[in-house]
Amino acid sequence: MLEFRFHGRGGQGSVTSAELLAITAVADNKFAQAFPSFGPERRGAPVQAFARIDEEQILNRSKVYTPDVVLVLDYTLTQMVNVTTGLKPDGILIVSTGNTPELVREETGWKGRLAIVDGVKIAMTHIKRPINNTVMLGALIKASGCVSMENMKEAVKERFGKIAAVNMAALTEAFETVTISEGE
Amino acid sequence: MVKRKGVESSIALADAAAMCNVDAISAYPITPQTHIVEHLSEWVNNGELDAEFIPVESEHSAMSAALGTSAMGARTFTATASQGLALMHEILFIAPAMRLPVVMAVANRALSGPISIWNDHGDIMCERDIGWIQIFAENGQECFDLTPACFKIAEDKRVILPTILNFDGFIVSHMIEPIEYWEQETINNFLPDFEPQIKLDIRNPSTMGAVGVPEIYYEARIAQNEALLNSKSVIKEVFEEVTKITGRPYNLVESYNMEKAEVALFMMGSLTETAMTAVKNLKKRGIEVGIVRPRLWRPYPTEEIIEAIGNIKALGIVDRAMGFGAQSHPVASEVKSTLYSSDKRPVVCEYVIGLGGRDVRIEDIEAMFLELIEAAKSGKSQPVKYIGVRE
Repeated sequence: MLEFRFHGRGGQGSVTSAELLAITAVADNKFAQAFPSFGPERRGAPVQAFARIDEEQILNRSKVYTPDVVLVLDYTLTQMVNVTTGLKPDGILIVSTGNTPELVREETGWKGRLAIVDGVKIAMTHIKRPINNTVMLGALIKASGCVSMENMKEAVKERFGKIAAVNMAALTEAFETVTISEGE
Repeated sequence: MVKRKGVESSIALADAAAMCNVDAISAYPITPQTHIVEHLSEWVNNGELDAEFIPVESEHSAMSAALGTSAMGARTFTATASQGLALMHEILFIAPAMRLPVVMAVANRALSGPISIWNDHGDIMCERDIGWIQIFAENGQECFDLTPACFKIAEDKRVILPTILNFDGFIVSHMIEPIEYWEQETINNFLPDFEPQIKLDIRNPSTMGAVGVPEIYYEARIAQNEALLNSKSVIKEVFEEVTKITGRPYNLVESYNMEKAEVALFMMGSLTETAMTAVKNLKKRGIEVGIVRPRLWRPYPTEEIIEAIGNIKALGIVDRAMGFGAQSHPVASEVKSTLYSSDKRPVVCEYVIGLGGRDVRIEDIEAMFLELIEAAKSGKSQPVKYIGVRE
């Protein structure tokens, strides 16, 4: 089973990211869960969302404590919360930032696999808004290979309607340009 | 072809209600049930569902309006949680007394105070004995499957009683998970049109909900209780039909690994999924434990519960609600009295867990099972234990 934790700010769409991931995994004929860190929604406040993907039915309704994948939509969060808490040593940290992998490692203390892409820059190019939740799914698919690009495309199409094409273009660019550096 | 998709359980439940071709929905939005009525109001607004959506100013009015539409012969649905359910309280008793088959989804949530929007069973345990049929779903799939089942049970001529479908707020309501949708045709074949024997009709005037003078009130209450108790056989019949349609087992009481188990936990709602993983983990260590989960809570399935408990040596009874000042918390109270009326005498351990959204982990449940094994060995019951509470 793969477990995921998403860090974002209220309104950035981290819950949507988790949802699209689970919807795609189910379309891939797998079992999946996606759920927010339950509570009132507060725009701008640090929020988390969770997902699980497995080949078998998932029989666990607790929160995710030891994720295999952590995805950070907003780099400033790394200054406020320890985004690598519980992240398995052989897991992967995926960060939206224009910074170098070296600086991200220094600032997060993460020594394992690291995937970096400037999600906001890509979002501004395609979506014309600094909303990078779908963008980062491209990086996540490349880094983890956990869902198919084909079904993700369908999920994005269904969720975003008219703006699906630009979201998909952004997602694809992130998929193609994400920098992955192996850990120690 | 059955369509399997990743979808939020609330949305699947709302879709199922819409596919049951509801005629009237009166509701007030309250977390964590809101997505259900939001989604249904969209269906109605977009013209995809030919139903009356009555937005009301409170849950008290939501239930009052539901009684009105149901009395007119309309298939009526509503949904609520927590304070909303509590605000309905006085009207809730009237639905079964007037034999109105309203179906209501309750996304179980803690009651104030302190204010909590998170899950526990405190809301529904206050409404145990209101005369409604009450069913607990375990997951999103059950939310979908049991929605048409609730209408079929409620409207059956041998029943005609309102029905509550409980499911855990947030833990199930806000979860995206794989859910198989029934075909519209399957639902149409399964669920006949609602044909009330008596309804409010201006061409044929009648009185419903009249005063019960001392010469009639007592008999009316007894008759109502008999109707509720008698509904069990119909519920069983409908669940068997759902099993046939879906291929998923729908028993009044579910057992998990009870054949080999010497100890078991008795629990309701989504907790059992997490508990199943605990059972599997312990099995790998050569420890056999089981789970008893009543899906039907009212009418209380006494015989089926006694049968499911079998001959285990220790039973842990799990409450997700407080019974302030009571001898035991609500579920434990009831199950202990079930044991007394039978010849079963397992050692009993009582637990409270997951109040107000406190997360329940697999390890928590494994620890409870191991404690039960010790209790079975020592033969000593233990006083109620509050799992996961800080001291």
